[in-house]
Amino acid sequence: MSDVAIEVEGLVKKFGKKTVVNGIDLNIKKGQVWGFLGPNGSGKTTTIRMICGLLTPTSGKGSCLGYDIIRESKFIKQETGYMTQHFSFWEDLTIKENLQFVARMYNLTKSDEKVVNALAEIGLQQRQDQLAGNLSGGWKQRLALAAVTLHQPKLLLLDEPTAGVDPQARREFWAHIHKLSQQGVTVLVSTHYMDEAQRCDQIVYLANGQLITTGTVAQVIQHSGLVSFRLTGHNIRQYSEELQKMKCIQGVAFYGGSLHIVGKDKSEIEANLASSRFNQVSVEAVVPELEEAFIALTQQAKSSGSEYQ
Amino acid sequence: MNRLSRLWAILIKEFIQMRRDRMTFAMMLGIPIIQLILFGFAINNDPKQLPAAIYAEEDTHFTRAILSGFAASRYFNFEHVVKDLDQAQTLMKKGEIAFIVTIQAGFSRDLVNGLKPQLLIIADASDPAVSSNALGQAANIVNNALRHDLTGHLANLQSKTGPVELVIHRKFNPENITQYNIVPGLLGVILTMTSVMITAMAMTRERERGNLENILAMPAQPLEVMLGKIFPYVLVGAVQTLIIILAARYIFDVPFIGYVLLLLSGVILFIIANLCLGFTFSTIAKSQMQAMQLTFFFFLPSILLSGFMFPFWGMPKWAQFIGEALPLTHFLRIVRGVMLKGANWQHLATEFYAILIFTLVMGLLAILRYQRTLD
Ligand SMILES: Nc1ncnc2c1ncn2[C@@H]1O[C@H](COP(=O)(O)OP(=O)(O)OP(=O)(O)O)[C@@H](O)[C@H]1O
Ligand SMILES: [Mg+2]
Repeated sequence: MSDVAIEVEGLVKKFGKKTVVNGIDLNIKKGQVWGFLGPNGSGKTTTIRMICGLLTPTSGKGSCLGYDIIRESKFIKQETGYMTQHFSFWEDLTIKENLQFVARMYNLTKSDEKVVNALAEIGLQQRQDQLAGNLSGGWKQRLALAAVTLHQPKLLLLDEPTAGVDPQARREFWAHIHKLSQQGVTVLVSTHYMDEAQRCDQIVYLANGQLITTGTVAQVIQHSGLVSFRLTGHNIRQYSEELQKMKCIQGVAFYGGSLHIVGKDKSEIEANLASSRFNQVSVEAVVPELEEAFIALTQQAKSSGSEYQ
Repeated sequence: MNRLSRLWAILIKEFIQMRRDRMTFAMMLGIPIIQLILFGFAINNDPKQLPAAIYAEEDTHFTRAILSGFAASRYFNFEHVVKDLDQAQTLMKKGEIAFIVTIQAGFSRDLVNGLKPQLLIIADASDPAVSSNALGQAANIVNNALRHDLTGHLANLQSKTGPVELVIHRKFNPENITQYNIVPGLLGVILTMTSVMITAMAMTRERERGNLENILAMPAQPLEVMLGKIFPYVLVGAVQTLIIILAARYIFDVPFIGYVLLLLSGVILFIIANLCLGFTFSTIAKSQMQAMQLTFFFFLPSILLSGFMFPFWGMPKWAQFIGEALPLTHFLRIVRGVMLKGANWQHLATEFYAILIFTLVMGLLAILRYQRTLD
């Protein structure tokens, strides 16, 4: 048995003339939790759909759970749980009926018991006879997660599962995901939340259909080659505009009562900050935020892309 | 001014949307054109050239004159010359002829002797609209045909009541009751409308609501999905059938003289044919709205060209050709045949095969077109 869950090479998807996914390689080990990040329209959903056989790649090849993603997708579907970005269960069925439907589709043994357990796990026993369409957004997400994990898949593909979910529930969501991963389930989850990226073993950053970087959060930050400083002091916001104008500074953001600046060239930034205008400001070197790394990486990809053209 | 600008905004938006929705646009132009063609050219309430059989026990100068008189009237088209009456009856039950004209031995002798021989026309009256005009003309046709031959000493035979006694047997619906024909026909029309629309809508609804992606992500084969979706509606159709048949029998007093089981198998085959068609439509339509439109697009020629509303024989050849391709046409022959004429399997086999072929073609098309991916 190989320990690789997903392995794809040069995955390309075109819709008409438009290239939406442009040559993605992935190698995901079993039992890992991978985060898919990237701006809107960067191709996260499209990539996930190709992995589980819902879209046929224009070119490229790959395997998922040992099955070929183009020819053997029916076996992949058997062992995969795919949670769509938009709620796709039946709003005119009750919560329980939706779960029962899934149980029957996968021909589960002890399906009644599994449905009851799933209802208990998401805390919807009392509301099991309510129409799924009447659930609030966050509760729908919980129902969807319960439904796609009902058949105990080996691989979970979760497309923005926590969009619109409150912090408490998000925490529970992730506790659940980590528990599954502990049991050997491979999880691939797309998200726009940076704090969720931190909860993944590995992250993939996509932009414009291209894989910009992969690795752990620390590796991605390191890869970006950024340095970051935290500036504090009286009325610190007044410096914002001035800092933004500096060539060596790529980003200025205000949070937590301080200004965060990032850039590439550490010594040049330090030289600039040494100016007498900043003698009221205390400067402290910090680790760049993931978000900053992503923004910088996207900009780099764009500029190198335009050079290429 | 504000008001005008808002009006303008809405106008522009509507036009843009109209242009985007090709199907609606095609419908808006297509429906009037189709209706014009169908009502203008295809439909004819005074059907001519009705297929008829001739059974003559003698062949004389007089009988030939009468037959050519019938043919010249353009109401009767003697497609079959039969050796015995049973053969003619079978043709009528199959729905291949509308009339049997019979001439008995001794007809000419009785005619010249002034004995007013009988001329028997057996008419399929199950659809009064088909036969009534032709039968109304029959007496005139006979009298005129003989006028040339009954001259000289025979001229006195041309009395007011005519030289021949015309006897008309209206078979299957002796009292010319329109409901006898309409109510069984309605069964076909209602099944067409509901079966096609319900499946087409049920499928497109899942696409509209995003459920399709979910189904596709589960390990289900197209055939399983299709059968699973079709079966419940076969039951619905069976219940509809029961209601209509009971109403036909006990409210409208429509006779039911054939085999119930034969009709039932026809009904089930017909429902499946329509469900397959609805399934195929759902693979073409992008929204429930479009599914509705496609259904209507199909429904219109179905009721106009199948012989439900207007006599099939009254239509020009091209319209009959289209009609033959519609399952409703064949189903109407089955229902009317079984209920009104007591037709059996031998009489109706071709109609069953026609629907079966339609079903197989549509079913295959539906499976081939069913999306396995979201591409
Ligand atoms: N069926 C389709 N036909 C044409 N273009 C499509 C289709 N599906 C997706 N696209 C395009 O592909 C691109 C990538 O879409 P995708 O949904 O994969 O992005 P995403 O990363 O999931 O974005 P988001 O974060 O907004 O969910 C988008 O520009 C989108 O418009
Ligand atoms: Mg997406």
